[in-house]
Amino acid sequence: MKWDEFFVTGEPMIYGAMVSIVVASLAILIGLTYFKKWGYLWREWLTTVDHKRIGIMYIIAALLMLFRGGVDALLMRGQLAMPDNGLLDGQHYNEIFTTHGVIMILFMAMPFIIGLMNVVVPLQIGARDVAFPRLNAVSFWLFFAGAMLFNISFVIGGSPDAGWTAYFPLASLEFSPTVGNNYYSIAIQIAGIGTLMTGVNFIATILKMRAKGMTLMKMPMFTWSVLITCVIILFAFPVLTVALALMMFDRLFGSQFFTMANGGMDMLWANLFWVWGHPEVYIVILPAFGIYSEIIATFSRKNLYGYKSMVWSMVVISLLSFLVWAHHFYTMGHGVMVNGVFSITTMAIAIPTGVKIFNWLFTMRKGRIEFTTPMLYSLAFIPIFTIGGVTGVMLAMASADYQYHNTMFLVAHFHYVLIPGTVFAVIAGFYYWFPKLFGFRLNERQGKRAFWWIIISFNVTFFPLFFLGLKGMTRRMYTYSESTGYGPLNLLASIGSVGLAIGFILLVYNIYWSFRYAPRDTTGDPWNARTLEWSTHSPIPEYNFAIEPTVTGLDPFWEAKKGGHQLYKGEIEEIHMPNNSGQPFILGIIFFFFGFFMVFSWWVPAIIAGIGVVVMLAVRSFERDHGRHIPVKEILETESRLRGEQA
Amino acid sequence: MKRKGLLLAVFSAFLVLLTGCNNLAVLNPKGPVAKTQSNVIIFSILVMALVLLVVYILYIFMLTKYRASKAAPDYEPPHEEGNKWLEITWIAIPVIIVAILSVVTVRSTSAVEKVPEGYEDQKPLVIYAASSNWKWHFSYPEEGIETVNYVNFPTDRPVEFRLYAYGPITSFWIPQLGGQKYAMSDMVNELNLVAEHAGSYMGKNSNFSGEGFAHMEFEALAMTPKEYDEWLEEVKTTAPELTEQEFDSLLKESHVGRKTYASTHLAFSPAPEGENAGHNHGGSEDMDMNSESGEMDHSEMDHSDMDMEQTETDNAGAADHSSHGN
Repeated sequence: MKWDEFFVTGEPMIYGAMVSIVVASLAILIGLTYFKKWGYLWREWLTTVDHKRIGIMYIIAALLMLFRGGVDALLMRGQLAMPDNGLLDGQHYNEIFTTHGVIMILFMAMPFIIGLMNVVVPLQIGARDVAFPRLNAVSFWLFFAGAMLFNISFVIGGSPDAGWTAYFPLASLEFSPTVGNNYYSIAIQIAGIGTLMTGVNFIATILKMRAKGMTLMKMPMFTWSVLITCVIILFAFPVLTVALALMMFDRLFGSQFFTMANGGMDMLWANLFWVWGHPEVYIVILPAFGIYSEIIATFSRKNLYGYKSMVWSMVVISLLSFLVWAHHFYTMGHGVMVNGVFSITTMAIAIPTGVKIFNWLFTMRKGRIEFTTPMLYSLAFIPIFTIGGVTGVMLAMASADYQYHNTMFLVAHFHYVLIPGTVFAVIAGFYYWFPKLFGFRLNERQGKRAFWWIIISFNVTFFPLFFLGLKGMTRRMYTYSESTGYGPLNLLASIGSVGLAIGFILLVYNIYWSFRYAPRDTTGDPWNARTLEWSTHSPIPEYNFAIEPTVTGLDPFWEAKKGGHQLYKGEIEEIHMPNNSGQPFILGIIFFFFGFFMVFSWWVPAIIAGIGVVVMLAVRSFERDHGRHIPVKEILETESRLRGEQA
Repeated sequence: MKRKGLLLAVFSAFLVLLTGCNNLAVLNPKGPVAKTQSNVIIFSILVMALVLLVVYILYIFMLTKYRASKAAPDYEPPHEEGNKWLEITWIAIPVIIVAILSVVTVRSTSAVEKVPEGYEDQKPLVIYAASSNWKWHFSYPEEGIETVNYVNFPTDRPVEFRLYAYGPITSFWIPQLGGQKYAMSDMVNELNLVAEHAGSYMGKNSNFSGEGFAHMEFEALAMTPKEYDEWLEEVKTTAPELTEQEFDSLLKESHVGRKTYASTHLAFSPAPEGENAGHNHGGSEDMDMNSESGEMDHSEMDHSDMDMEQTETDNAGAADHSSHGN
């Protein structure tokens, strides 16, 4: 392979990206050296097994990926703003919508959700960490290795170009000969293993580590949503693992699972992909439902309405999510029978989802609704997501779907589901739990300004796409002629996307501004909230709770504040905590290089890196690490320091 | 609140646009299949608008009535577990809505899969539509002609498109005549359409298939039967034959303009149906199993021995082809 094939050449934008990557990396390296932060970075972050810090790293990575995916989106909207526009060529556009999809779903939505899970779940159930802290760090570093491997594809070797769905035979070696789809099959695989382990870890955590007295039906709704999500992960991700492995065999080793000849089946890929892909949608939406449940209850100053039906509706959604995958390809030529069955199962999902919407609305009834920034996002979610939901029912009707399939109508629908469903939720959760992590609130005025920019621009961007779809504009077209009449609505959508970008910039500025100027919170409970995480100090001591809490009902902290219940009974005792370890980080780096060598079929280095992985596993297996104990004296000092600062 | 005003504006704009749907291709049907689909779409929009209305009214009510700024300073929200009857209501009504929509869906899906009602007695015009790279080949086996990137057919006669692909999955779509269906390399899908009005309609591939995808359009021209016969005659007398060599070079091209030939490629490069099929998903019931069998070579399809065995068993139970799922 020549160097000019190794690096992507010939595009001024890509040269710009390369230069900025090098400059940014150098700036970080020099900055760390100048401020003597290498040791701090290693001790406090790279080797940490603390669920809160891992959560923060997930969220930072997700924000970076939001930026990357957002730039992709702006480029697409820029290209489509005018008929016959020349900003991007076909190949470049194809790579950009592919990476936009993969990054936003797998490297933005997922890690943001998992980051919040990490931060919140152990606190909500009164635990001191997750069940397997070291495994948790491995999960993060595998995700991070996969995300970075996927991201370098646009400067080294070329990005995947067959859509985030990577349908075969288009994604086969025959029609996509660059290494782009090798990146797809390997980078997502590495990140996916991390996600699978997260699923196992949180199921164990939630089932085994709840506070005394917290039965399953007394768990906070967010924890419930995470438990159900992790069960979906456990069943769905292995399908992706298998599909990606078969894809890798096809592309690297000449097998014929999905090819056109020799008995390969292109439709097998589509089926496997969506058997994972549809539950995946619920993996990113259910925790969002949990976040909204917490926020709406808190700012209505009421308990969640219909708790039991909220739990059951999520269980039903999780079951149905595995029974609807064929609605992604009604047009593949199944008979009336198959399409009919999948139509009905798909529409049935609207029923439990509707139950949740009505329960949220009735949570607010007779409440005292306060319009804080997290609450605003939760309130915007209800009407906008409902549009996404009802258009979903329309798409579920097979006969009509023959007209919507592959069009901008579909694009509008899933953005109307995923942006209010997931993106607003993670922003709302971020605003809501931020003071718990950092000890101060993000500025409300700035937060509300960003909010209005984001939700108005969102509608301006995506509502016109419904009409473009009905006009016959298909998705993934990099250009269109003026005679199609698609121009004006596309221009409107593009203007909206600029507004969205401004909204997100304001949001990031709010974070920066608040770090510098926001007043510190001294109570640990700035929102007057209801669940256990607000009963400890903020920022949170590493052991979370000096004494493990005892719970008797839902909303235990609310009960305690009203004087009906004592959360912390007993004496402070020695606390057993896990040790930090550099192994997960090193394992992530080895996986990154293993993946990179596999992408380019450099077998010898790949085998060496593969041996490295095995060695790391062996080292861990023979390691004796029983953690450490924090003595009572130290705990007392920490507690009084945290209280002292609050005075 | 600003947001509510915005949503209201957007919603009313939506209704205004619906009434003037002439420039929305999907809601401006020119044949019975698209007409059925357009009716289903409009029906579902109305039902869904009702659902939205209920949610929005409740939403606005809760937000205006129970905001903290309106509450008495000492107001303490009550503890509420939920209400059995309310919950039954908002489960039962959606169940009824979904049941109604399910009936509509199954009936309309069944209708659009078949030859449209009122046209069952006519002998359909069979046209094979095959995609290669970013162009479409249309073969008329009975007429013995072939076109590239445009397709002509008579009005008021059922047209049976048989779809397949040389290469990635594509999706054959003429929005004003009816919904789309996939064209794949290892099987033939069937799409029945009728044009009731003469005219030129946009046809396209709607499924992303690589670099030249955005330009993969064709013209679907519905002509009066008389004009169609004249056109046929003209093609048969003036157009050149399609040789295997010519076809192979066509396949390799990325894009070509319009082409017309007085013979089809089906003789030397048969469609993947019957014994040439790679696989079958089950479904399209009455595929014509015996068309062109016997005179084909298999060089195009490059089947392995194993696959041949499969297709042989297939032939043994040819009538039961649809049950042979893979």
